[in-house]
Amino acid sequence: MNTRALPLYATAVIFLLAYLLCWLQFPNILSTRVIGNLLTDNAYLGIVAVGMTLVILSGGIDLSVGSVIAFSGVFIAVILRETSLHPLVVFALLLALTTAFGAAMGFLIDRLAMPAFIVTLAGMFLARGTAYMLSIDSVPIAHPFYKTLQSAYWLMPGKGRLTLIGVVMLLTVLAGMVVAHKTRFGASVYALGGGEATARLMGVRQGRTTMLVYAFSGLMAGLSGIVFSIYTGSGYSLATVGTELTAIAAVVIGGTLLTGGAGYMFGTLVGVLTMGLIQTYIVFDGTLSSWWTKIVIGVLLLVFILLQKGLLKLSQSRLA
Amino acid sequence: MTLLKRIAPQLVALALLVALVTVFYPDFLKIGISGDRLVGPMIDVLKRGAPVALLAVGMTLVIATRGIDLSVGTTMAICGAVAAWAVAGGWGLVPALLLALAAGALAGLWNGLLVAVVGIQPFVATLILMTMGRGIAQLITEGRILTFTDAGFAFFGSGSLLGLPVPAWLWLACGLGMAALMRRTALGLLVESIGINRRASALAGVNATVLLIAVYVVSGLCAALAGIVVTADIRGADANNAGLWLELDAILAVVIGGNSLLGGRFSIIASLLGALIIQTIDTGILLAGFPSEYNLVIKAGLVLVILVLQSPRIAAEWRLWRDSHRASREAALQRGAAK
Repeated sequence: MNTRALPLYATAVIFLLAYLLCWLQFPNILSTRVIGNLLTDNAYLGIVAVGMTLVILSGGIDLSVGSVIAFSGVFIAVILRETSLHPLVVFALLLALTTAFGAAMGFLIDRLAMPAFIVTLAGMFLARGTAYMLSIDSVPIAHPFYKTLQSAYWLMPGKGRLTLIGVVMLLTVLAGMVVAHKTRFGASVYALGGGEATARLMGVRQGRTTMLVYAFSGLMAGLSGIVFSIYTGSGYSLATVGTELTAIAAVVIGGTLLTGGAGYMFGTLVGVLTMGLIQTYIVFDGTLSSWWTKIVIGVLLLVFILLQKGLLKLSQSRLA
Repeated sequence: MTLLKRIAPQLVALALLVALVTVFYPDFLKIGISGDRLVGPMIDVLKRGAPVALLAVGMTLVIATRGIDLSVGTTMAICGAVAAWAVAGGWGLVPALLLALAAGALAGLWNGLLVAVVGIQPFVATLILMTMGRGIAQLITEGRILTFTDAGFAFFGSGSLLGLPVPAWLWLACGLGMAALMRRTALGLLVESIGINRRASALAGVNATVLLIAVYVVSGLCAALAGIVVTADIRGADANNAGLWLELDAILAVVIGGNSLLGGRFSIIASLLGALIIQTIDTGILLAGFPSEYNLVIKAGLVLVILVLQSPRIAAEWRLWRDSHRASREAALQRGAAK
């Protein structure tokens, strides 16, 4: 059995077990309505977590994504308010912008040989600051096209709504799986995360790969920003503060090693859904306070990290 | 003298910033006396910079061991909540302060054990407490903002001693005391050795595990002090907002102080100057009449400049360029002499 996939199985088992426990207490939780909402409410987080997974697989970290999501929302809202451009054009502009922003950060990380942590921290300040400069107030989006996007859903059996943004999230995870596991670029990312010196000796173009990884993360953050703006119907520069840490937590719960080089894109989806499930349970229960969400997520983080640590030791002792 | 050379870039940066702010706001350097205390924008910087400066002391040591402590902001919230809970519950001032410090030490011990004994990466290990911490703080305050009226406790936030605000005294004492402890004993050297190579320093007889735990405990204690200061200042414990994102400012202060995130050599004094630089930017932007939304963009630009200056690769290329330049000049001189 592949020990590398064990964290992924563990995550999936824990998710299913948790769902079972919730279902025993509240049978209604196993309805397409709840599942539809789970996908819709966590769509932006799932998309940004896909980008974060790739970054973490490469052995890096991207702290800027939360700010980029907020910037995206404000950018879209302000442009739509000031000009008569079609939202699709604005989306394309925005994605180009955030991708270039990510690429620039990747370039700096590689060229300056500085830790990704501090470079993307500067990126986080820059993106949030630019959002503030565009507008401090929450800007509503009134374009009719947005109404169409918001009301686009497929009615599942059981009256659950599979919304457009939920589908976008699932498709993004699928695309992320293809990029990470089926392309040469994905293999380079894993190699880079496994060890830079080894990767270089294997012929991985380190600079180019680093740049592309952060560009991908920027693209995902932009897409997530679009989805978030559809979800909330507005752009607000104070939104999604700290989302980068939630995304990192989701990636770790999903079984990806934070040191890089090992993990699965699919695990991240399970990680996001697990965190969403905790919130849903707290809503169902009604008596628990929201701060339990944070504590439970923290405990889950600890459990998964210890699990990974144990598995790593196990596989190493088997090799020896 | 070596210290002066080490902190020269930070001093120059701070002086330039102060000069720049003074251009826009001429009264920046003015210090007056109101009653028994000094007042003025510079005094305000010393006071408002206290939380980040206190955090930066512990963060410098953690970063010197090649670690990072993301949990200090939430530790502040926990300790503030503990202190406010104890004071409001009538425990008295001294027990409340001791309890808050104990909570900080406990948080640090938890982080230290995860890093040094379990062997989890510092980033993730402290991320756990960062995620959980606000939940724990809210558990203590039961989701409300715990207020209190104890004048003795409020003294730590808004009181003054010999003219200077108490928070300023606190960070000065804490920072200079810790710097003296590190530099007058071998402790600083040992901390640096762990950051450069933990295995090698352990083999050389340094008790790396205990020292690592101790460093995180110190960081927790510094966070507790910072938590006491902010809680005392607003006379209430706000579990949601106390110390929110201050860990990032503290890390930034350490980096502006010229300390490498890759561990090794450190200077606490330089980190304190870094904290002052950050606070001068914050206060200066407000006083100079710029909208505060420029704050983050200016900060980002500043970090970028510092990163480029600190980059090992750029430094190597600069040395290479300088050496080749010098070699060609010497060659030209020799040719001239040969003629």
